[in-house]
Amino acid sequence: MENPIKTYTLPDEKGHFEIFGGQYVPETLIPALSELKELYNTLKQDGAFTEELSQILKSYAGRPTPLTYANRISEELGFHVYLKREDLAHTGAHKINNVLGQILLAKRMGEKRIIAETGAGQHGVATATAAAKFGFPCTIYMGTEDIERQKLNVFRMELLGAEVIPVSSGSCTLKDAINEAIRDWITNVETTYYLIGSVVGPHPYPMIVRDFQSIIGKETKIQFKDITNGDQAPDTIVACVGGGSNAIGIFHTFLSDNVRLVGVEAAGKGLKTDKHAASITKGSFGVLHGSASFILQSEDGQITLPHSISAGLDYPGVGPEHSYLKSIGRVEYASATDDESISAYIWLSEKEGILPALESAHALSFLRSPDNGIHSGENVVICLSGRGDKDVQTVAEFLGRDI
Amino acid sequence: MNRIQQLFKKPGGKLIPYVTAGYPSLNLTTKLVLAMEKGGADMIELGLPFSDPLADGPVIQASSQVALKNGVNTQWVLEQVEIIRKSSQIPITLMGYINPILKYGYNKFFFDCQQVGVDGIIAPDLPIEEAKDFVLLSKSNNISPILLVAPNTPNDRIRTISQMAGDLVYCVAILGVTGEKLSKEATLVKYLSRVRENSNTPFIVGFGIKTHQDVERINRLSDGAVVGTSFVEKLRDSNHPEKTVLKYVKELKGVK
Ligand SMILES: Cc1ncc(COP(=O)(O)O)c(C=O)c1O
Repeated sequence: MENPIKTYTLPDEKGHFEIFGGQYVPETLIPALSELKELYNTLKQDGAFTEELSQILKSYAGRPTPLTYANRISEELGFHVYLKREDLAHTGAHKINNVLGQILLAKRMGEKRIIAETGAGQHGVATATAAAKFGFPCTIYMGTEDIERQKLNVFRMELLGAEVIPVSSGSCTLKDAINEAIRDWITNVETTYYLIGSVVGPHPYPMIVRDFQSIIGKETKIQFKDITNGDQAPDTIVACVGGGSNAIGIFHTFLSDNVRLVGVEAAGKGLKTDKHAASITKGSFGVLHGSASFILQSEDGQITLPHSISAGLDYPGVGPEHSYLKSIGRVEYASATDDESISAYIWLSEKEGILPALESAHALSFLRSPDNGIHSGENVVICLSGRGDKDVQTVAEFLGRDI
Repeated sequence: MNRIQQLFKKPGGKLIPYVTAGYPSLNLTTKLVLAMEKGGADMIELGLPFSDPLADGPVIQASSQVALKNGVNTQWVLEQVEIIRKSSQIPITLMGYINPILKYGYNKFFFDCQQVGVDGIIAPDLPIEEAKDFVLLSKSNNISPILLVAPNTPNDRIRTISQMAGDLVYCVAILGVTGEKLSKEATLVKYLSRVRENSNTPFIVGFGIKTHQDVERINRLSDGAVVGTSFVEKLRDSNHPEKTVLKYVKELKGVK
C-alpha cells in the first residue's frame, strides 16, 4: 500500500489532527494551555533548551538506550527481532523521556508544584524522580485498583518524596486518576504544572509528549543503520498502545518512510467480551480528557470501564494522533489478550533474559500471532517500553503462585 | 424570543437552582423543578449526568453516579422537560458535558431540545475554540448557547465569548470545581466588574454559592446566581425532597 504521508506537520495550530484532538476543557484551563503552548513553541527552537534536555537525557536518564538483537526468539520465529530497550532508561520505562522534557518546561514557567496521574505507576515514578531531582513538591493521583496491583511502584514514589493520592471514583484506575488530576489543576492552576504522562489530554499535550518521546524513534533509526551496516530502515515496528506515547515515540520519525507500523492494544479477556481496553479497535468517536479521539463508551455517551491485566494499558481512550493515523490507514492496530501477554512475558524472560513490562509484552505477543503478516527474514523492531519487575506480583497471581 | 432572552430583559438579579436530572430518583425530577419554581426560582439548570464530570466536585459527581445508576440518559432528560412544559413556562437550561451530546448528535440534540422546550445549553468542557458548530446549531434552533468565562479569562477573550454567546454568559466564580468555597468579596468585585465592562450580554455566576447573603452579593455584581452543590447536598440528606427545595429556594431569596 502506498504511504499516505509525504510530509507530516500535524497537529494544526489548534491542536487538531483533522477531526481528532483539540481542547475540550473548562475555560479555567485555557490560559494555562495557551501559555504552555507558546512557551513550548519558543523553547523547541531554543538551542540552550534542547541542549539542556539532551544533556540530562544522557547523563541522568542513561540515553541512548540500546537496540538489542534478540537472537533466540529471532531463530524461533524465522525473522529478525530487535528490541529498543526503554526498560534500561532510568526508572525502567520510556516515561522518563517525557517527564524530563516537561519538568524543564515547568521550571521555565516558574511553577511551584508538580501533579501527575499514573496507571502502572511508571509515569508516577518517573515524575516523582524528576521532581526530586529538580526540587519540586509532587502529588501523584492513582486509582485504588492500580495501587493494589502496583504496590512496588507506590512505595517507590513515596521513597522519592511524592505524595500518592488514592482515587476511588469510577473504575478506580487511570481514567479516574486523570479526572482527579485535572480537578486539582483547575483548582490550583496558578501555581501548579500538570505533567501528563501520555499523548492524551488537551492540546498542546499530545504534541509535546510526542515530541519528547520521539527520541525513541530517532535513536532507533540511527542504531538500526549502524547494526545492519546501512540497511535503510526496519521493515516493521511494533509497540504497545495505552495512551500511545511509546508507540508514537518510536513511530513518529518513520511516518513518511516505507515502514510498516503496528500498534498493539490490550484485548483484556478478549475483544468479544466487554473486558478489554481496545479503544481504537472497538471504540467510537468521542471526547475524553480534553481531546476528541476513539473512546470506549456506551450508546448514551457514558465512558465505559476498560479492562487489562496491564495497568498501563487499562484506559478507555487513546491519544488523538493514533486515531488520526488509524483513520488514514498509516498505522495498523492489533491487540493482545491478558493470557497472550503473560505468555509473552514468560517467553521473553526465558529466551532472552529480559523481563518485559506487561504493557510491552502486548507488543511482543504480536510477533507470535499466526496472522501477523510478518515475512520470514524481515527486520522487526519492538519497542520494549519498560521492564517487568513491577509486574512480578501480578504474573505470580495470574499463575496461581504464592511469592 | 426564547424564555431566557425574555427573562434577562427584565432587570434585577435572578436565582437559578441546579439539580442533576434523575437525582435522587427518577420520579422526582419534574416535581423538584416545579417546587423550585413555586418557591420563586427564576430559571432552572438541569444537569445531564456524565460518567466523568471533570469540572465537578465530589457532591455533584456522586449525584451523577446515582442518576446514571437510575438509568438516566439524554433522551429521558428531554422527556422530563416535555412533561414540565405541560404545566410550566420557567426558563430551563441544560448543563451537560460534551461527549453524551456529541453521541446523541448535535443536529438531533438541538432540534429535540427545541421541540420539548429547552431554552439554553451549558457545556462546561467546551471552550470557544471547539464551540463553533455548537453555537451555530444552538442558535438556529432558538436555544441560547451559554458560554463560560472564568476568573482568569482575559478581557479580550471575555468580549469574544460574550459576542459568540449572544444571549447569556456563565461566569465560573472561582478557580476550582463545583462545591468549593466562594472567593473573598474584593476578588469577586474585581472579577465581576471586569466581566461587566467587557461583556455585552447579561451574565450569571455559579460555583460556591450557598446562602442568601451569597446570592445577594453575587446579584449586586451580576444578573443571576446559580446554586448547585448545596441543592444536591440538601436533597441527599432529605426525606421530603420537594419541601426541602421549596424551602431552600425561599431561604435563598430571603422570603419568609
Ligand atoms: C512500560 C509501559 N509501557 C507502556 C505504557 C503505556 O503508555 P503509552 O501507551 O503512553 O506508552 C506504560 C504506561 O504506564 C508503561 O508503564
